[in-house]
Amino acid sequence: MSSAPILVEPFEEPERQREAMVFGLWLFLATEILFFGGFFFLYAVARMQDPSGFAMGAARANLLLGTVNTLLLMTSSATLTVAERAARSEWVRGARWALLGTLALGIAFLIVKGFEYREDLSEHLFPTMPAFPLRGIVGATRFWSFYWFVTIVHAIHLTIGLGCVARLSWLVSRGTIARRWMVAEVTTLYWHFVDIVWLLLWPLLYLVGR
Amino acid sequence: MKADDTGLLAREPGETSYLTAGTTLRSWLLSTDHKRIAILYAVSITVFFFIGGAAATMIRLELFTPAGDLTTADEYNRLFTLHGVIMVWFFLIPSIPATLGNFLLPLMVGAKDVAFPRLNLMSWYLYVTAGLFTLAALLLGGVDTGWTFYTPLSTLYSNSYVLLAAFGIFVVGFSSIATGINFIATIHLLRTKGMTWMRLPLFAWAMYATSLVMALATPVLAMAMLLICAERLLGLPIFDPRVGGDPVLFQHIFWFYSHPAVYIMILPAMGVVSEIIACEARRRVFGYQFMVYAMLVIAVIGFLVWGHHMFVAGQSPFASMIFSFLSFVIAVPSAIKVFNWTGTLYRGRIRFSAPMLYALGFVGLFTMGGLTGLFLASIPVDVHLSDTYFVVAHFHYIMVGGAVSAFFGGLHFWWPKITGRLYNENFARSAAIWLFFGFNFTFFPQFVLGYLGMPRRYHEYPPEFQVWNVMSSTGAVVLAVGYLMPLFYLGYSLLHGERAGDNPRDATGLEWATSSPPPQHNFHAPPVVRSEPYAYHDWDEAPGDADETPQTDAP
Repeated sequence: MSSAPILVEPFEEPERQREAMVFGLWLFLATEILFFGGFFFLYAVARMQDPSGFAMGAARANLLLGTVNTLLLMTSSATLTVAERAARSEWVRGARWALLGTLALGIAFLIVKGFEYREDLSEHLFPTMPAFPLRGIVGATRFWSFYWFVTIVHAIHLTIGLGCVARLSWLVSRGTIARRWMVAEVTTLYWHFVDIVWLLLWPLLYLVGR
Repeated sequence: MKADDTGLLAREPGETSYLTAGTTLRSWLLSTDHKRIAILYAVSITVFFFIGGAAATMIRLELFTPAGDLTTADEYNRLFTLHGVIMVWFFLIPSIPATLGNFLLPLMVGAKDVAFPRLNLMSWYLYVTAGLFTLAALLLGGVDTGWTFYTPLSTLYSNSYVLLAAFGIFVVGFSSIATGINFIATIHLLRTKGMTWMRLPLFAWAMYATSLVMALATPVLAMAMLLICAERLLGLPIFDPRVGGDPVLFQHIFWFYSHPAVYIMILPAMGVVSEIIACEARRRVFGYQFMVYAMLVIAVIGFLVWGHHMFVAGQSPFASMIFSFLSFVIAVPSAIKVFNWTGTLYRGRIRFSAPMLYALGFVGLFTMGGLTGLFLASIPVDVHLSDTYFVVAHFHYIMVGGAVSAFFGGLHFWWPKITGRLYNENFARSAAIWLFFGFNFTFFPQFVLGYLGMPRRYHEYPPEFQVWNVMSSTGAVVLAVGYLMPLFYLGYSLLHGERAGDNPRDATGLEWATSSPPPQHNFHAPPVVRSEPYAYHDWDEAPGDADETPQTDAP
């Protein structure tokens, strides 16, 4: 078969190699869950200690842009899945377009996020700004600390994801994607994880104050 | 059958070993061979060990006299922070897993390499990058928060290079996550034919338990360090009590990693000691399955005891009770291991070789460290002993007496396999005894000091404590000389040592079935495992001469 998967050391069978890649990535996702776990733990404590102040802070979050971003990211998960299936079934043209779509949606997310940050800053919603409108409200201050911290960390994850998707596009242009579709499979796993984190953040950041 | 089969695994006469498979710097720095990466790690952790050791020397020199005559209080803070940060993250955590583990794990399971060789190399580069960040923090003037980075000192008040050091620790965390993921995947997916789970050597099991902790605890440390960076860099008031942040929360997430981290240091040591004792006593490991489950249980319960670091930090008494109880519980599997090592020695044909001396030293010192840990797990005693030298002595018994002894023992045990040469056994035995003596000389007086109430982390102390401090500092000189000794005789062995055969210790593990040093691909042909590890004698007979069955042979 022309599209026998490319083997790397130390593996001798493609199936074993694929199993290892998927297993390794799931292990990595387990570490990521623990990583974000630290954040969600702090979030829970802060919200329990001052629920009303926390909600006052959350009410200022930009629901419209947050929701738009949620839609963008969910769609990007769909397009990346299409790309992965296309690569696996050697439909290279489909893989190319689906990957480009994923890249576009991911970048669009970051751009929207940038506009959202600009609006937040124009409303002085950064806890150390002198004109921070919620000064003195414990829960609101902590909400906005978390908001900035976790959205930046999430954006960094997404940027890494974009790098991985770009690498898949490069594999397409080199013509080896069909023989290395396992790379697409694990990239998709990671991308879905970053999406799921956002799917949790969306209610926790944007809906709590409504 | 017997001889042919083993012969097949070793390299052929003309074939090169991993050491000579490429001699350029590039062939080392870009190698994805787990054995070469182990050597890279070994060299780098040795450098950091001596940097951290230099700081310890300064600390002990300062404490010779009650007055602060060598360093100022601030310099002293920076010294013990440096000592802690370097020794914990740049020596102890990677010591056994990244060197011996990297070298031996694929050999022990019969694989060509770890599951993700490039990730393995990346892990070393992350380690070096992190080390450079931390060294930069050190050269620019140091950090004064202690290795624990407690808030709000680290976030609001410290004027030292916390950001650089915290970022360094953030990065080094990913190097140990990479190692952890690699080892778990290797053990799951690359065991050779016949290597069932219950035929894995205990060292491999120890690596498995350690890797679980590495992979699941380290990310939380990463989050803790990132939050400190966010608070210092962006001013986000996450732990700042003035605006409602909670500084104790930092302690929770910090110790959620840092207590399991203790098990990252001690579990590999347990694995090494199990290998040494079985081989050098020519005995089957007593209670092999219990040894396995004990390590897994330690890894799991290790996640549930972090609150015992916070008995005096104002957590609820109920939480303290639970944490205290669980801390007693985790002593049970540790004790199982000590009893089983002793049971393995019983009626063995013990060879008092250098590695065996280190291993026996480990069992004693670890027991001492573990039992004093129970003092600290008990709330009323801990309230009295918190932040005293008793705590310092306790964890040095575990980490230096335990982990470092085992590391040295393992280094000697597998030295012929790694380098292909023998070392001078008499020098090595003297060094082992010297280190055991020097260690107790240094740290036992600290138990007394702590009991008498001397607090840790001060450069001055009341004159009545001087006699114990002078004992401890004198012991540290002995210890320092002891640590320099292996550099000489191992260095000599590297250049002029007698050639070791493939299996100079008549051990049973797969790593001994290949050549010393092993060829680049570990085995000439994929090995097949036909018996359990540690078959040093028949089940129903006492060990005799040359009774062992290598794992490649049928029992």
